[in-house]
Amino acid sequence: MTAVAEEPRRRAAETPFRRFAANFAESRIAVAALMGLAVIAAAAFLAPWIAPQDPFDLKQLDILDSKLPPGSVGVDGMTFWLGSDDQGRDMFSAILYGLRTSILVGVGASLGALLIGMPVGMLAAYFGGRADSLIMRIVDIQLSFPAILIALILLAVLGQGVDKIVIALVAVQWAYYARTVRGTALVERHREYIEAARCLALGHRRIVFRHLLPNCLPPLIVVNTVLVASAIALEATLSFLGLGLPITKPSLGLLISNGFEYLLSGKYWISFFPGVALLITIVCINLVGDQLRDVLNPRLQR
Amino acid sequence: MLIYLIRRLLQSVVVLAAMSLLVFVGVFMIGDPIEILINPLADEIEKDRARAALGLDLPLWEQYLAFLFNAVRGDLGRSFAYNVPAIDLILERMPATLELAVTATLIGGVLGVPLGLLAGLKPHSAAGKSIMAGSILGFSLPTFWVGLMLIMIFAVELGWLPSTGRGHTGRLFGLEFSFLTLDGVQHLFMPALNLALFRLALVIRLARAGTREVALQDYVKFARAKGLSQARVVWVHVFKNILIPIVTIQGLELGQAIAFAVVTETIFAWPGMGKLIIDSINVLDRPVIVAYLLVTVFMFIVINLLVDLTYSVLDPRVRLAEQRA
Repeated sequence: MTAVAEEPRRRAAETPFRRFAANFAESRIAVAALMGLAVIAAAAFLAPWIAPQDPFDLKQLDILDSKLPPGSVGVDGMTFWLGSDDQGRDMFSAILYGLRTSILVGVGASLGALLIGMPVGMLAAYFGGRADSLIMRIVDIQLSFPAILIALILLAVLGQGVDKIVIALVAVQWAYYARTVRGTALVERHREYIEAARCLALGHRRIVFRHLLPNCLPPLIVVNTVLVASAIALEATLSFLGLGLPITKPSLGLLISNGFEYLLSGKYWISFFPGVALLITIVCINLVGDQLRDVLNPRLQR
Repeated sequence: MLIYLIRRLLQSVVVLAAMSLLVFVGVFMIGDPIEILINPLADEIEKDRARAALGLDLPLWEQYLAFLFNAVRGDLGRSFAYNVPAIDLILERMPATLELAVTATLIGGVLGVPLGLLAGLKPHSAAGKSIMAGSILGFSLPTFWVGLMLIMIFAVELGWLPSTGRGHTGRLFGLEFSFLTLDGVQHLFMPALNLALFRLALVIRLARAGTREVALQDYVKFARAKGLSQARVVWVHVFKNILIPIVTIQGLELGQAIAFAVVTETIFAWPGMGKLIIDSINVLDRPVIVAYLLVTVFMFIVINLLVDLTYSVLDPRVRLAEQRA
């Protein structure tokens, strides 16, 4: 009896968000990855307060501390837990600052791509016809070329800089968003609630943005997670090749590239630890993305 | 089918023309090559003479038309840095890149399919789970960093394998290849493995997903009920049916491998096209940059077309002409 009486009350307290959170929490690995991600993000954004030194303030660097192995104590008594680079820079501090740049560029580029790709895909699906086939032709052609090739072309043309690499990443990624949104919107467009909105003679803008868009969000969230990870990885790769960020704003890719020449003489830590930081970040994002895909997939809805 | 082919070829020509315009105009805007090519002490008269010699004093559209006119006849301009035709420079480096990309794609397929089959047949076993964990790791590992770590372990710490160059090459059909000599194979091993990693992870996922689907089909159950051996069921009934998407992806992945070879070649100092383009971007060798991009785009168009055609041959259910391509 009591169980039956309790049932509706529990239901009443169950909001969509809570149900979503409960489903997400079913995978312990995903929860751990989410927590890891929170720690990484916090560490990256609090870098100026938690890093032992400001790696770009030359006054704090001492050339006598250069290329110290992990755990060494420097001339002024500071311990370099992850070693130091050729300038005598503490690797741990450099990684924190590098993470900040990597994450900002990755998230910023993905959001930019979302803001361009989403409306384009939405318009293609909603209006259909010529506009749709033209847009999707461009998307198909672009997606048939590898991301790195397109980024390479753009960076060869644009040159170096934070803004340039964000432009290149946006240009690479907008097509994925456009295709995802179009696919979802094509299905949603024929649903009854859109019919109903049309019958009420609501404006196109209102139907698209207030009715269609919110219902296309779940797959977009999943794609967004995966694309943030790939933007971070691509930025690191391009910076490693010397085409991405300028030396004044080192991301993780540039730190790894900087350590390359010392790697051959056995000084592994300058490249190794930034790579580990990059790897952990990407793995965490991908694990969260995998679980989101399962939770938000209506076909797997319990 | 014929209509489809013609439409595809027309589309390819449009893409190539658009790319050439984009790349040419874009590359035209970066820096002044004269500043790099000429002794900085040269005076303006000398610089102007050099500009005129290279045709850099003409308006942009005239340069582009001249470029297009020559390009159609196979002449993509002379490299500023090497003073040889850019197309020769690229064709000379192409076998090295192709060797690397093909080897990587083969490693991905030959290792990936059996591993994926195993993971698909026994998804809940320890082996199946670790194969999948490895595949997720393979997706997440940044390729260039793995390359560095390979060098650190196998070249610096253990000293087993060389870390740079192609080693001794053997000759085949008038081209130099590394896989023909023992020294060459040793040089090829690490770069190919590095480039193969991502492809391996992808093939494992595809093979596993395919196997899980196919293993539930009636014809597989029937083959088992007939009392066929496990080996025959797996290698004939399952294997054949998961192959179609894998062959397609392998074709597309060859293209990806050619593009991503840029990274691997830079790390292992592999003298291919990818290293050439990075060097050329650094010295603003415009003709080589434009030629590389056009050659690569052309290769992609050919690969994509071949993959689509193979797909229709392998899977009779696909009718290309009916698709609105």
